[in-house]
Amino acid sequence: MAQQTLRQRLEILADAAKYDASCASSGTARKHSLGGLKGRGGIGSTEGMGICHAYAPDGRCISLLKILLTNHCIFDCHYCINRKSANTPRARFTPPEVVALTLDFYRRNYIEGLFLSSGIVKSADHTMEQLVEVARSLREEHDFRGYIHLKTIPEADPELIHQAGLYADRLSINVELPTRAGLARLAPDKNEARIEQAMAHTGTRITEAREARRRFRHAPRFAPAGQSTQMIIGADGASDAAIIGKARRLYDNFGLRRVYYSAFSPIPDASAVLPLQRPPLLREHRLYQSDWLMRFYGFAPEEVAAAAGADGNLPLDIDPKLAWALQFRAHFPVDINRAPREMLLRVPGLGTRAVARILSVRRHRRLRLEDVARLTTSLAKVRPFIATSDWRPTMLTDRADLRQLLTPRAQQLELFG
Amino acid sequence: MTAMGKAGFGAHYAVHLPAPDDFEFWRARARALVQAEVPPDRVSWVEPGATGDLFAGGAARGSARLPQPLADAPPVRASQRFLAIARSAALNRDPARFALLYQVLWRLQRQPRLMEDSADPEVRRLEQLAKAVRRDAHKMHAFVRFREVEEADGTAHFVAWFEPDHHILRAEAGFFMRRFANMRWSILTPRGSIHWDGETMREGPPARREDAPGDDPVEALWRSYYASIFNPARLKVGAMLSEMPRKYWKNLPEAALIPGLVATAQARAAAMVAAGTRSERPRPSSLAELAQGIAACRDCPIAACGTRAVAGEGPPRARLMILGEQPGDQEDIAGRPFVGPAGQLLDQYLEAAGIARGAAYVTNAVKHFKFVARGRQRLHQSPTAKEIDTCRWWLEAERALVRPRIVLALGASAARALLGKTVSVTRARGRAIALEDGAELWVTLHPSYLLRLEGEARARQAALFAQDLALVRARLEAA
Repeated sequence: MAQQTLRQRLEILADAAKYDASCASSGTARKHSLGGLKGRGGIGSTEGMGICHAYAPDGRCISLLKILLTNHCIFDCHYCINRKSANTPRARFTPPEVVALTLDFYRRNYIEGLFLSSGIVKSADHTMEQLVEVARSLREEHDFRGYIHLKTIPEADPELIHQAGLYADRLSINVELPTRAGLARLAPDKNEARIEQAMAHTGTRITEAREARRRFRHAPRFAPAGQSTQMIIGADGASDAAIIGKARRLYDNFGLRRVYYSAFSPIPDASAVLPLQRPPLLREHRLYQSDWLMRFYGFAPEEVAAAAGADGNLPLDIDPKLAWALQFRAHFPVDINRAPREMLLRVPGLGTRAVARILSVRRHRRLRLEDVARLTTSLAKVRPFIATSDWRPTMLTDRADLRQLLTPRAQQLELFG
Repeated sequence: MTAMGKAGFGAHYAVHLPAPDDFEFWRARARALVQAEVPPDRVSWVEPGATGDLFAGGAARGSARLPQPLADAPPVRASQRFLAIARSAALNRDPARFALLYQVLWRLQRQPRLMEDSADPEVRRLEQLAKAVRRDAHKMHAFVRFREVEEADGTAHFVAWFEPDHHILRAEAGFFMRRFANMRWSILTPRGSIHWDGETMREGPPARREDAPGDDPVEALWRSYYASIFNPARLKVGAMLSEMPRKYWKNLPEAALIPGLVATAQARAAAMVAAGTRSERPRPSSLAELAQGIAACRDCPIAACGTRAVAGEGPPRARLMILGEQPGDQEDIAGRPFVGPAGQLLDQYLEAAGIARGAAYVTNAVKHFKFVARGRQRLHQSPTAKEIDTCRWWLEAERALVRPRIVLALGASAARALLGKTVSVTRARGRAIALEDGAELWVTLHPSYLLRLEGEARARQAALFAQDLALVRARLEAA
């Protein structure tokens, strides 16, 4: 084959990386590039909030240079475009090439940093060494202080994963599929126990480093933006309720920062073992919404599951919070002027910020319906579920057609990538 | 609002700001005016170059002498929250912003906790002004695009052209300084420019687009990246537009690609789906139906070779399933599995091991014969992993009907059809592997392998084959 140009390889290795949904660059330690060891300062900063430098026409945020070091792989996972048996063009970068590309993009303000992953070549350890080398060179040779996310390989030596955490802001290990049977069938080379063991190990290191820094200011940081994972949705038979339960266990057991859900998407040269029907993208969106309900709205996984239908799947036409409210109407209307925060958070259409504003206003005076209208984006959605000093929804929560009244006609857009 | 009287007996005051983003100047004047008890309806705030000042003439005549604070005036009260919001809102390009700020400051003197009332229309408006400024700043952090130029002294200089909506340039200089500390850079805008040389920040006059460089070779790579990271199967233009509105596109090198990517996305996604298409059909409910089904199947290219599909044979409830790779030349002619040379060899070894072929269900991982024509000969071709995976649907239907307790896989292709991954026969043989449905899988070599060996090598492999079959025989007796 003719020598591939840098640009051709970038196309292959970015294309190969795009099925990983994670793009966040937020929530890491604050860093800036003024001063430092070399006197004239380094390059790069992270100021808490992530920045999306562009959006692709798929609505996803482009925050990091998300590429693979190589898409050669000795594994044969059926949902993956890079599996050994796929007929896809292959390419590889050397670590110095990735370093140069990251810096060239960063200096032009295209990106917040690098998200580097790789197919497994030779061995898990060899591949992990290469990933760590890129991060080391960026940090030590180029004084790069931007964001680095490294995908870690569960089969690699824990010492290599430890080194990765010293350079990276975030580490991630993909659980890939919500069920063990799904993993055995679709990712026959992977092993659930091994993946969870690596996640537990990384989680422990993150906690230890955080505690050490509380006592010693100069203790080394270890993945200050925590660890995340990704699950592929719709490739095995797992229901939404099962997926939500699995996500909760992952959050609780391994202290994960984020679980990403990725509706498996048609890929070139797809494996014949995958189901024929791709799941609706809206299903992925509903899962993110329920993830939010658990993390920010005080919902237990069983409560979210209770909003699901008999088949364990969330309704696609309305969001899970509304589905829950329609299911448990006895909790409504919620008195905006009296209800505790936990109950205000249960009102469909009231977000965490609107609830904070209501609590703040309420210290001074009683709220009327028009006040609520100014604090929320859609009064129509909120109104059937609340009471204010001048409003009570008589009958409304008893109406059988309430669901129809509240079902949005146009489809809602995905909120993030 | 009742006028407080004393100051100027109803006179009107105009305050001329030296710069549209000079919050500290506004703050000093506003404090003095509050302490002089000048109500909001008697002050107008004038930006440099503004034309909308109704009282400009009057202010000029009165030479804009502002009243002195009253000697016994109480200190001006403003909450932390007000200051935080006001600092941002003051940068909004809305000409009414300073008047609104003064109005809210005036009310704060009597309602010190006014800022907590987000439902108050004026507080809400102020929050909205501040929010628009914060969003503009955020978009500036995101969408500034530097282009590299080489200066006369050989050093690199990174220059960007950007058009913010609000007066945020000076306020955001710090962000870029903290981020690009060791770079020499400039940001040029229609309202002014800032320059950083690695040590100091300098302000400059307004600039024009032509003052910035027109291209940078790295942009070609960036555009390639942008096009490649886009997944055409998930087109969501609305979501993109809400975060990256069209007004920013003209300064984003990647945005020129968007129309083309959107236009071809559906065709690209459809092509991917079509390439992976297999006909959707219900699972066969009998072996006869299955035989009809495989005869009509065209899910993989092998079926187009013009050969016939060879169905499995044996008792429909056999406890043992023997799985080969694919029918060969003879099998294709006869329409039955394992009747050629490899089949005859298999029969010998089964007999020697004490396994009755007639009691086993014998079938193949791939149902059609794959070959290349060499003159009159048809030469066997191994099926690809993808072809095995495609045909696995039929094998699973077959296993669900026969429900064997033990499956004997002959060769790596058969093992892949059952395990979904390619395993080495040497490593997988000699032990039971549990299958999803509870059956036991035993892997051994394919008898055609023995046909290709000679002498001592053949004898060694034949012994191993016999040994594997003996293990299966023992399991059959135990089960």
